[in-house]
Amino acid sequence: MAISKMIGASIKRREDPRLVTGTSSYVDDIPQTALVHMHVVRSSEAHARILGIETARAKEADGVIAIFTGKDLKPEFGAPLPVTVCFVPEKKYPNHYPIAVDKVHYVGEPIAIVLASSRAAAEDAGERLEVRYDSLPAVLDMEKAIEKDAPVIHEELGSNLSYDMKLAAGDIDAAFREAEVTIKQRLIQQRLIPIAIEPRGVVADYKTFGGKLTVWSSTQIPHFVKVWLAVILGIPESNVRVVAPEVGGGFGSKIRVYPEEILTAIASRRLGRPVKWIEDRNENIKATHHGRDQIWDVEIAAKKDGTVLGIRPTQWLNLGGYHSQFGTFQVSGMLVAQGAYRMKAFDGRAIGVFTNTTPTDAYRGAGRPEATFLIERVMDLVARETGVDPVEVRRRNFVRAEDQPFTTLLGLTYDSGDYRITLDKALEIVDYVGFRKEQAEQRKQGRYLGIGLSTYIEICGLGPAAATEAAVGVSLWGMSVVNVHFTGKATVIIGSSPHGQGHETTYAQVASDVLGIPVEDIDVQHGDTAIGPMGMDTYGSRSTALDGNAVHLSAMKVQDKARKIAAHLLEAAEGDVVYENGKAFVKGTPSKAISIQEIAGAAFQTSRLPKGMEGGLEATTFFDPTNFVWPFGAHIAVVEVDAETGATRILRYVAVDDCGTRINPMVVDGQLHGGIAQGIGQALFEQAVYDEAGQLRSGSLVDYLVPTAADLPSFELGATFTPSPVNPLGTKGIGEAGTIASSPAIINAIVDALAPFGVKDITMPATPEKVWQLMHRNGGIKR
Amino acid sequence: MRRRVAVTINGAKHEHEVEPRLLLVQYIRELAGLTGTHVGCDTSNCGACTVELDGHSVKSCTVFAVQADGAEITTIEGLAKGSTLHPLQQAFWDEHGLQCGFCTPGMIMAAKQLLERNPNPTEREIRLGLEGNLCRCTGYHNIVKSIQAAAKVMAPGAQTKAPASVT
Repeated sequence: MAISKMIGASIKRREDPRLVTGTSSYVDDIPQTALVHMHVVRSSEAHARILGIETARAKEADGVIAIFTGKDLKPEFGAPLPVTVCFVPEKKYPNHYPIAVDKVHYVGEPIAIVLASSRAAAEDAGERLEVRYDSLPAVLDMEKAIEKDAPVIHEELGSNLSYDMKLAAGDIDAAFREAEVTIKQRLIQQRLIPIAIEPRGVVADYKTFGGKLTVWSSTQIPHFVKVWLAVILGIPESNVRVVAPEVGGGFGSKIRVYPEEILTAIASRRLGRPVKWIEDRNENIKATHHGRDQIWDVEIAAKKDGTVLGIRPTQWLNLGGYHSQFGTFQVSGMLVAQGAYRMKAFDGRAIGVFTNTTPTDAYRGAGRPEATFLIERVMDLVARETGVDPVEVRRRNFVRAEDQPFTTLLGLTYDSGDYRITLDKALEIVDYVGFRKEQAEQRKQGRYLGIGLSTYIEICGLGPAAATEAAVGVSLWGMSVVNVHFTGKATVIIGSSPHGQGHETTYAQVASDVLGIPVEDIDVQHGDTAIGPMGMDTYGSRSTALDGNAVHLSAMKVQDKARKIAAHLLEAAEGDVVYENGKAFVKGTPSKAISIQEIAGAAFQTSRLPKGMEGGLEATTFFDPTNFVWPFGAHIAVVEVDAETGATRILRYVAVDDCGTRINPMVVDGQLHGGIAQGIGQALFEQAVYDEAGQLRSGSLVDYLVPTAADLPSFELGATFTPSPVNPLGTKGIGEAGTIASSPAIINAIVDALAPFGVKDITMPATPEKVWQLMHRNGGIKR
Repeated sequence: MRRRVAVTINGAKHEHEVEPRLLLVQYIRELAGLTGTHVGCDTSNCGACTVELDGHSVKSCTVFAVQADGAEITTIEGLAKGSTLHPLQQAFWDEHGLQCGFCTPGMIMAAKQLLERNPNPTEREIRLGLEGNLCRCTGYHNIVKSIQAAAKVMAPGAQTKAPASVT
């Protein structure tokens, strides 16, 4: 095999020239003729029966082509929107159609669509729609939602409880009997709004003559959308093409089949014209799913030396007004809540509840940030209670290198890792011992510094197929096609669907190493269901562990065929032919090499091929690994809280991550930077807030605080390298690690800074007001 | 009630009859056909629509097209000279200052004004100068580095450096 040169190289991204010049096309930028603009009229009520929708006056407005309500469209839905198993096979959920018919369940639920000659005309007409509601009490609080007399959101389910599931192993009672220290704590995972900077958008074009549907959507999952458009609309899958063009960020918010994808397609089929819908931010904040919104109650059994014996977490999950497609994915948090630690017993319970709020689904990390926040807070709570240093508590409880592959109490097997090495490296970078001295000095001066650790481990790289089919309900694998052209240049088609991750660059690096074709001669294509057999798309930090490895394997198959062709052309035995750096030669005579260009030429001038060999030089791979991958690392935040204002300033942020082999370290670092920023956003700034009527009070970017450049520090990154044993490249995912690790690091640091005030916990977001209140309750400082 | 608007965008003249409520960003995208300027919010928070209007960076979602009548406008499409990138575009590429790219045109336009006003900014000055532009992908880390790198190249008297090759 060729010596790896491109893997590990921080080459510049090939995506960027078109992006920095504004010459690429997101959905809203694609030119279309005869376009009809769709405006979605949405429920202004959180919980109400629809008594009637009067459309006559709106239909008279300028430019209006048609108006359809839920009643008009209902007969066209061959199936409801999909709901996956996602760790909870036993659950109750209602049929969710793309548009409400009789009843609305959250503010923002579609109730009618207006189709007009311009967006402005459609919106103007939408305001003329007269909707009569019979308002019902809004159900917002998860715990109250399942009380006996609570109003029921979906009457057919009998209650607002979707599931109440146990996830337990080991003897928890014995753990508590043995405990010298027990702690109870409630931790809040506030509701977050993903805010990809490009809101969603869809253009659907149904050709009446020919019966073909093309949909351009700002989605992470074009292949899933294709399948469900076919199923819901009753169009043969072979006649449906979905394109995810340039996609302006996702973070999980574009991971599901959305109502508007179905509604634009139906409208196009009815009108025989292309239909466009572009979400505005106001709409995005209520119509695109939210993340988190969970309560975690935990009881901890520990020994005086900091050893954790067992934990008993209960996870309350707010599902929103419907069960979203991957709505229970967040229960994965319970599955991995053991973190990087050994313990004897785990007694988990997950409770899913409907409320009159925007549905929740995956948001960057989806379950693992919640799990990590829990277990990393547990470690610090134990440290505080026992007086053992938080570093020592972690070291004492870590899964050790010699325990690998380690099987958790709930039966998941970690693939590799020595968690002490990332921690040690991070401690060295931050100078932990030195910091503790400085902290003590500064406290005397009335400056409150704090340090917070987060030694996370996370699960990603979804597949493997059998495990994901059992757990999630869908077989997940990686897909690639590597096709070498007549002239020796190559096209790589991948099943992942990037939206900022740089696959066009990194996967060309992977293929280049195997084939010896320069990166600039390898084009990576994605995001179009018409170009490859099938894909499982991009989410859950899965792409490089699955599709990236599929590219490697297809390239290896192509290399194998190239060697066979070369052996024939060189009149040598195949076993004697070496393939290196894009050239094939008989062992010992590299001067008589033939190039990939010559081999590719022969592959299409088929008379030059060995007898019986088919033409072409391409290979397809569906890659199914043997396990998930388990990245890990140590993040350390250093903060200062201002005693006057309660404001938190991040002085340093150190992250040492191990994601195995790094194909393009520059891209990996970029993923970490953005991920860390999002976790900091949760820790310090972001929170979706509803009023008692179910109206979003954080309904715009004025009220929902996305971190700005001025709110964040530069990040100090380090790395260790433990290749994953479950895929040929040794890669692990890194797209979510930053978010998974950073919010507990920040909160642990703030709690540490506030230790002189007797503070043991603070809820997210740790706003200046909350911090100030904690510093000034009971008359301020306790010395 | 339509009004005539004439503007120069990236050196080319445009003239249209528009509704007075038409936003400049809509004019640029829909009438001038320049879709590199993006719309990411409706409250002037995200800055994806930042363009230069008579030498000032503005959020084009917060200016009516009729207010821009007679103005000289530069959008992201007007920065590169032929196939040579503007130093800021080059720096964003070199320093991995973008991921999904949606905020990038506005970010570069805002950075251009920042460096014109302060050719040698500190990290803190860059961060404060970018407060009106949101990015969800990069954590701003490499955006700051990109602007620092561009500042070096753009500084008065700096050697004009040949753009690095693709790899």
